[in-house]
This record gives sequence, C-alpha cells and structure tokens, in this order.
Amino acid sequence: MNDSIYLSIQNSPRFKELVSKRERFAWILSAIMLGLYSGFILLIAYGPQVLGAKINPESSITWGIPIGVGLIVSAFVLTGIYVRRANGEFDDLNNAILKEAQQ
Amino acid sequence: MIRRLLALLSIAAFAPGAWAADALTGAVQKQPLNVSAILMFVVFVGATLCITYWASKRNKSAADYYAAGGKITGFQNGLAIAGDYMSAASFLGISALVFASGYDGLIYSIGFLVGWPIILFLIAERLRNLGKYTFADVASYRLGQTQIRTLSACGSLVVVAFYLIAQMVGAGKLIQLLFGLDYHVAVILVGVLMCLYVLFGGMLATTWVQIIKAVLLLSGASFMALMVMKHVNFDFNMLFSEAIKVHPKGEAIMSPGGLVKDPVSAFSLGLALMFGTAGLPHILMRFFTVSDAKEARKSVLYATGFIGYFYILTFIIGFGAILLVSTNPAFKDAAGALLGGNNMAAVHLANAVGGSIFLGFISAVAFATILAVVAGLTLAGASAVSHDLYASVIKKGKANEKDEIRISKITTIALAVLAIVLGILFESQNIAFMVGLAFSIAASCNFPVLLLSMYWKKLTTRGAMIGGWMGLISAVGLMILGPTIWVQILHHEKAIFPYEYPALFSMMIAFVGIWFFSVTDKSTAADNERALFFPQFVRSQTGLGASGAVSH
Repeated sequence: MNDSIYLSIQNSPRFKELVSKRERFAWILSAIMLGLYSGFILLIAYGPQVLGAKINPESSITWGIPIGVGLIVSAFVLTGIYVRRANGEFDDLNNAILKEAQQ
Repeated sequence: MIRRLLALLSIAAFAPGAWAADALTGAVQKQPLNVSAILMFVVFVGATLCITYWASKRNKSAADYYAAGGKITGFQNGLAIAGDYMSAASFLGISALVFASGYDGLIYSIGFLVGWPIILFLIAERLRNLGKYTFADVASYRLGQTQIRTLSACGSLVVVAFYLIAQMVGAGKLIQLLFGLDYHVAVILVGVLMCLYVLFGGMLATTWVQIIKAVLLLSGASFMALMVMKHVNFDFNMLFSEAIKVHPKGEAIMSPGGLVKDPVSAFSLGLALMFGTAGLPHILMRFFTVSDAKEARKSVLYATGFIGYFYILTFIIGFGAILLVSTNPAFKDAAGALLGGNNMAAVHLANAVGGSIFLGFISAVAFATILAVVAGLTLAGASAVSHDLYASVIKKGKANEKDEIRISKITTIALAVLAIVLGILFESQNIAFMVGLAFSIAASCNFPVLLLSMYWKKLTTRGAMIGGWMGLISAVGLMILGPTIWVQILHHEKAIFPYEYPALFSMMIAFVGIWFFSVTDKSTAADNERALFFPQFVRSQTGLGASGAVSH
C-alpha cells in the first residue's frame, strides 16, 4: 500500500460521507445505550419504588421486570440495527471507495 | 454479618468471576464423590483433546497460532466470545444472587451486558482493521513501539494474572462442591489442560473449546429454564407469585434491594463493567480471529444475543430454584441452609428438574466452563509476551516466526506453572477483589490508550505512556486504599479511599493524563506521530491494508 492511495481516499468525498454517516450513527446508538443504562442506574439509586411497583393490582410482576428484560433486549436490538446498516449500506459505500481508489 | 454479606455481594458485582471466587472463598464443604459428573467431564476433556490434536495438525504459521488464521466465522466467534465471557461464576453466582435476593441478580447481569453494544459501535471494526494478533498492535500502530507495547503487554499481563488466580481458586473450590474431589486436583488439572489446549492447539483449539462449552452451557441452562416454566404452566405471573409466597423476603424479591449503595459507587461500577470489558486482552484478541470488519460486527451481534439470552435464563433459573429447591428439604442441611451454600442453587435445581444424570451434566459443564475461560486468558498472556515483548520490543520487529511461537509456547508453560503455584498459594486467601481489580485496570489502562489511539489525532507516545501508567497505578493504588483491601484484608479501621470501585476516578486520571502529556508534547517525534494519524484513520475506516484470512 502506498501513501498516494491513502491520500486519495482521504480526500474523496465518498470517504468523507462514509465517515460522517457511520460515526454519527455509532455515536447516536452509543448515546442511546448509555442513556438507557444510566437512567436505569439512577432509577435504582433514587427511585427503587418505581421498579418495585406492580404493573397491575392483580399481578405479582413489577415494573422492574419488563424494564430490566427490556434493557437486555434493547442491547441486542441496538447491535442488530447497527450491524444491519454497517454490513449493508456502509460496506457497499466502503467497497465503492476502495474500488475507486485502486483504479 | 448482613453488612459483610452485602459488601461481599457488591464486590461480586464487579465481574462474573469475582462472585464465585468470593462466595467460594474460605472453607467449602467437600461433597460426596459425584461419579456421573466426573464421567461426563472426562468425555468433555476427551473431546476437547481430540480437537486440540486436530488443530495442532492445521496450525502452521503465527497467524494460525494467534488468530486461527482469521478463518473463524462471525457466528462461531460470537459463540466463542460468549463462551469466553459466561464464566462458571456468572452461571452459579448470578443464579445464586437471584435465589437469595431476586431482582438484584437481574441488575448485575445487565451491567455485564451493556458494554457489548458500545464495543461494537466504537471499537470492533477499527480494532479488526488495524490489528493483527493483539490489541497492542492497534494501540502502538503509529506510536513508539517499545514504550506502548511494553505498557500494553504489562496491562495485559496484570489483567491476565489477577483473572487467572481468581479462576484457579474458583476451580479448586468448585471441584470440591461439584465432584467431591480435592482442591489441589482441580488446580493441577486445570493448569495442565489449559496448557495442552494452548500449547498444541493455539487459538483454533481455544476457540473450539469455548464454542463447545458455550453450546453445552446454553443448552443445559435452556433445559432448566424450560422445566421451570413448565412447572408453572409457562405463566410468569405464577412463577413470581409462587416465589414470593415461599421466599423469606416475600415481595422484596421483586424490587431492587440494597446492593447499590450510592450513585458514585453505582456509576463507578458501571464504568468498570462497561469499559473494562472493552479492555480485556483475551476478549479483544477474539476480534482478530475473523476475516474482516463485517464478520467482527456479526460476532458482537451474536455474542450479545447469546449472553443476553443466557442472563435471562439465569434469572428464570434463580426463581426456579426458589420454587423447587428452597422448598425441598432434601437440598438443605439441618439448619435450613442450602447444601454447599447458595452457589449450589442452580446445581440443586438441575437435580430437581432432571435427576442425577442431568445433575452430573450441569456439574461437568460448570467445571468445563472454567477451562474455556483460562485457555483464552493463557493465550492472551502468552501473546503479550511473545508478540509484543519479544518480537516487537526485544527483537525490534525482526524476530522470525518460529522463534516467536517458541517463546509463546515457553510462556504458556510458564504461565501454567505460575497459575498452579498461585492457585495453591491463594487457596485460603480472600481473592474476591482480584477480578474486580482486573476489570478496573483494563478500564483504566488498556481501554483509554486503545480508544484514544484510534480516535484522537493528537495522541503522542509520551501522553499514552504517562497517562496509561497513571491509570494502571491509580487503579491498583485506589483499590488498595479502598474498603475492600484496606479494611477487609489489611484490617485497618477506616478506608483512605471511600469507594469500593476505583474505575470512575482512575479512568479520569488516565484520560486527563494522556490528554495533558500529549498536548504539551512539542517534540518532532510527536509531530510525526500526529501526521501518521490520517493513513491509520483511512485504514481503520476502510480496512485497506488490513490483514485478512490466511489460505493454505
């Protein structure tokens, strides 16, 4: 690999598009995950009674159960959303950049 | 007593390993010989040794040895990561925590999971595109090889050492409980087997040991959860209401207990769990076993799915144990305590839902789990010595592949001997803090250097080196001055550092240190390193020039 290929990629508008799109997407998803988890920790520290409240008077299930399981599921769903877009749209763009640069 | 218990529980929260390691500290009662468990374990060992033999025939180059030739698929790697991450301690420990206090068990398992999406979003693909065998490849990509490789190798070795000791002691305690065998048998057995896997099979054998273990553990746990749900007619409401009826804490098991004491501790713990995972050398190394960034991303998706599913199962298993184990006098001693302690909740449940054969299966799987984890740790430690210290620092990148692998194999043997000796030395020590310390160091030394080397253009060798060492030293120092070691182990009156988890502070020290000593670095070498950021950036984003799968 020589430096000129790197330089041409670095200056290509497609590369800039890829980087800005992918970075923004990654940071937004990270912020969502961190936000959800921080919210959960804050709820444990300051409002445990919210998590201990029953979802309805007849049920013994408390809000903490769907919220906790929801967090586990959301971690999986968020990774799924990222992988779908990164392995599709972003990788296509990436391949186009590499092809263009090697010509 | 309760206070002490709570303190122990919160230490345990640090890492899956800490829990069992701690709960199994001190005198455990040796159980009667469990023949079916031992037989099934022998079958597992036989199968994994066959795989090791097969792998040894295929290992030809350094890339095969360190990274299984980059030919592991995303799905396989996802399973192997899950196998690396779901320790015996998290299976027995988290289900025991649910058994003892209900909802709190779920809180901890969530802490272990949320780091994975962050690893995917911020680290996985850049790591795969830049690295070859170890994460130090990435951290030192454009920086001074000698300094940064030394720092990263030390960070790796310290993490590996603490983690290994905890696993060895855990193995010794577990074998007494599960098989009814002697402590020393376990320590020597684990040491010898992990040495064989890594020595002859390298990454390929290690990967398959982890995959097999993950499949066995997930199927065993699925079966148990299924039987528990069948018992309550697949009705969660009934599961919880029945559990509330028979549990001494009653309705309190459905809401957070007192395990997380203050927001500072809670956040510090959360940070250590999240970013510690992203700095564990044996986990990071797994990303180099796949062919490209696409497969690396898939690995995290599958790993997150399997680990998340596993934590939901342990939650059901814990509640199942409340229903089926705590109500059955056959599993209790005269005083009404669980035979072998609370960590045996899942094991007794296996007996309750599947009889003695299934009990043997679960015991064998729980012990096999330790082997998979220690094999990964040993390989990561050996690579840090051979690839980073020997090939890059001592030989300045001019070592030939044969010598490098030979050094790696010598290190593997040395690590196995060391692990056996330390495992025996630490038999009756309180080692609960060790995995916690490993996570804190990973989060405060390995992670900041790795992250900034990929994201921050102005990072220089001087900044990374001084800041990284500051993170490492402050993580160790604050842990020693904190309540866990200063008060509980050294028996001082009052802790100098008031929080149990140093990560919040030591990470801050590391990041500020790296920033300050980088921006004030005016040397020409520093300017060159900054200029090298863009080619690195292009490669990290596009994978251009990245090492791919090796074909024979």
